[in-house]
Amino acid sequence: MKVTILDYGAGNVPSVERALQRLGAQSHRTDSPECISNAAAMLLPGVGHYGALVRALDEKNLRAPLVDAINRGVPFLGICLGLQVLFKSSEEASQLQGLCLMPGIVSALPPNVKLPHMGWNQLKRKRESFLLAGIDAAAYFYFAHSYAALDSNAAAAATCSYGAEFAAIVEHKNIYAVQFHPEKSGAPGARVLQNFLRLAA
Amino acid sequence: MSLAHRIIPCLDTDGERVVKGVNFVGLRDAGDPIALAARYNAEGADELVVLDIAASRDRRPTFLETIRRVAAELAIPLTAGGGIRTLEDGRAVVRAGADKVTVNTAAVDRPELISELSREFGAQAVVVAIDAKHAGDHWDVMVRGGRESASLDAIEWASMAVALGAGEILLTSVDRDGTQSGFDVALTAAISKAVTVPVIASGGAKSPKHFVEIFQDGAADAALAASIFHDELQSIRTLKEFLAAHGIEVRLPC
Repeated sequence: MKVTILDYGAGNVPSVERALQRLGAQSHRTDSPECISNAAAMLLPGVGHYGALVRALDEKNLRAPLVDAINRGVPFLGICLGLQVLFKSSEEASQLQGLCLMPGIVSALPPNVKLPHMGWNQLKRKRESFLLAGIDAAAYFYFAHSYAALDSNAAAAATCSYGAEFAAIVEHKNIYAVQFHPEKSGAPGARVLQNFLRLAA
Repeated sequence: MSLAHRIIPCLDTDGERVVKGVNFVGLRDAGDPIALAARYNAEGADELVVLDIAASRDRRPTFLETIRRVAAELAIPLTAGGGIRTLEDGRAVVRAGADKVTVNTAAVDRPELISELSREFGAQAVVVAIDAKHAGDHWDVMVRGGRESASLDAIEWASMAVALGAGEILLTSVDRDGTQSGFDVALTAAISKAVTVPVIASGGAKSPKHFVEIFQDGAADAALAASIFHDELQSIRTLKEFLAAHGIEVRLPC
């Protein structure tokens, strides 16, 4: 089984590749619309600015093939910005439109805490989570972000609290997304990726 | 349930080997960065910092190769720096596998460097390192490896760095560095209170009590140390168990 990694020009692609490699999974990076249309499973890693990701998806004509593939049921895993872009928009670049695959928007975390939310935090499980299968409830995951989906907690499989409660894991049909970085989250992070790989096996 | 306080081992390298010194002088060899990285990753370190303290232009490819090999050992975040003078230097360490870039002297010389890096990689990837030295009623920013005063107030410079796009401050007490007499609690508390981003305290750590102090009284979000971990005077696991027993939230490795 091969995971197609959307390489839009920024982001932590090598560390995601290494993490998949350790799990024995094959992956290849692409920014080609054709490769996305043919993907068996897709992974969208993201760090940096929301606007840079959305602009890159549009400039490289990746938006339509990505949305089509997701709508056809191809397993999708979004990491960090790859979760945020699923929503309608983000306060980080409010003039741009996200993928609109999930209801709700991405907002700034409140300024009553130090930002970015940087470091290891725990999750609150809201319902049965496929990605968290076999992972200790007290496990920590590595976060590095200043924006989050604050109004989608009802739809989240797990949330995290830092200044406010936000969606840490989204699971909806074939759409899986995490606000933290599983590729940087030690053994529990590796297990999240392994759980996703089971879908695509 | 809250954000864990981070323990961060630091590898000071000459580009290729880990070196150590007291008050920034008298360097000696302290080991292989790749082997140390693998050990810290397994022991429960929350992040790793790798610095090229020689930062010579000709040895840059060697340091980038060190970053690549260290990154390959890690399932935790990696910060790299030392000699980052331009956006292109920053790109090179990120491409080599660093999650965050740290800048020091070059940011004092040309503060726009912070904004350039922040725009390209996001604030969460930009760590401004400040070497501070007590000077009467304030702390002076020191540059060029702690040898020279920049004639800048450390609190003012930290606030400016955050306004320019820094996502984190790595604060080293030049007075305490290498002395193992404890972190500079007053310095760290002053900077932590002045800025809106996380602060990593560095310089002077020896005993687990020093770590309790810096988290409880110094308001540090993370604490960094080098030689006590390299020389196995202190294991990360026992340190974290000690902190947890003192009511400090840490991520205990399973």
